[in-house]
Amino acid sequence: METSSTNAQSGAIGILDETIVLEIARFHPEKDTEPSYDSFEVPLRSDWMVLDALNYVKDHLDGSLAYRWSCRMGICGSCGMMVNGVPRLTCETLLTSVAPGPVRIGPLDHFTVVKDLVIEMDEFMGKLQKVRPWIVRKDNYQPKREFIQTPAQLEVFKQYSLCINCMLCYAACPVFGLDPSFTGPAALALAERYNLDSRDQGAAERTDILSQHDGIWDCTVIGECSEVCPKHVDPSMAIQQYKIDATKDWFKTWLMPWGNK
Amino acid sequence: MPQYKVYQPATYRPRMSPYWFFDRWPYLKFMIRETSSVFAAYWAVVMLAQIRSIRHGAWAYARFEHWLSNPLIIILNAVALLFVAFHAVTWFMLVPRVFVRQMTGSGAIPDELAAAPNFGAWIVASIVVGLFLVGAI
Repeated sequence: METSSTNAQSGAIGILDETIVLEIARFHPEKDTEPSYDSFEVPLRSDWMVLDALNYVKDHLDGSLAYRWSCRMGICGSCGMMVNGVPRLTCETLLTSVAPGPVRIGPLDHFTVVKDLVIEMDEFMGKLQKVRPWIVRKDNYQPKREFIQTPAQLEVFKQYSLCINCMLCYAACPVFGLDPSFTGPAALALAERYNLDSRDQGAAERTDILSQHDGIWDCTVIGECSEVCPKHVDPSMAIQQYKIDATKDWFKTWLMPWGNK
Repeated sequence: MPQYKVYQPATYRPRMSPYWFFDRWPYLKFMIRETSSVFAAYWAVVMLAQIRSIRHGAWAYARFEHWLSNPLIIILNAVALLFVAFHAVTWFMLVPRVFVRQMTGSGAIPDELAAAPNFGAWIVASIVVGLFLVGAI
């Protein structure tokens, strides 16, 4: 009802006098063995995102629809879903961009579905933890003040620090779909973010963990992770950089076995 | 196991179709790129055979040319050329993904500019080969 009054207050702005059909994946864990699709007709408004249309369904048509969302401005990374087969943040996807429909909305590919559009995130969180995404110091130095870093040093890794953990890159990655043990794009980009950080000394430690078959070498450079990334983090590039650095390190260990990795 | 999972009745784990690469054009393009390496290998074998026939004299080279003039081989080579060209383009486009950061420390160079030297070298090499074929060199 609150949504209706808000619409009324906004007058004719954005209202196109048209409707659009959403085909939304439904999975009830107590009744279903696999998802099916329900159709809903919603107003087509030029100022609505796909998430607004889902909120309309939830508020007016079927209150049992389950999905995640929070900030509505591409920051929290909660509302990632498959929109017409492509992983998108629904809060950043204009409804008119997928018109005339029908628009097929499903949970992110390759993840376990808990209910409707809600996926299980524990698997992803475990992968994030695995790459040791924090500043590792060899010297156990307890700083009394912050580590100094120049703007140039920040620029080297800044792009990889913009990830919002929306998991679109995992949904776009067939390697993860075929091999769930693959560490995956976001986690590997995060590892590279810390490897490139001038304050960090944990690159060798991470390489021991990630220069494995289910780490960087599982990536076959399909590149769709970078294409769907809403923050232009470019995880594909991060992984390829990581491969080169791991290769150089491997050669160094052979050429200079006395050297300190 | 997290506490909430104790009360979770069931979940659904999707399985990928064996034909997943037909779902979207970028995936199909990836598969074509990977398949094209077979044709690149074939091209290398043909070139090695050509060098071998040159080494064995005029008669061997004439026999090699006769093999090349087989219509089936002409069709195969035409298809291989398309795949190898596609293979080259996709690998040239990976240059921005791989080397730019290694050389500059940042991605300051636009992708198109980073890939341009390879395409430039390809065009120059093609012109030189073309001039050689028409007898201008």
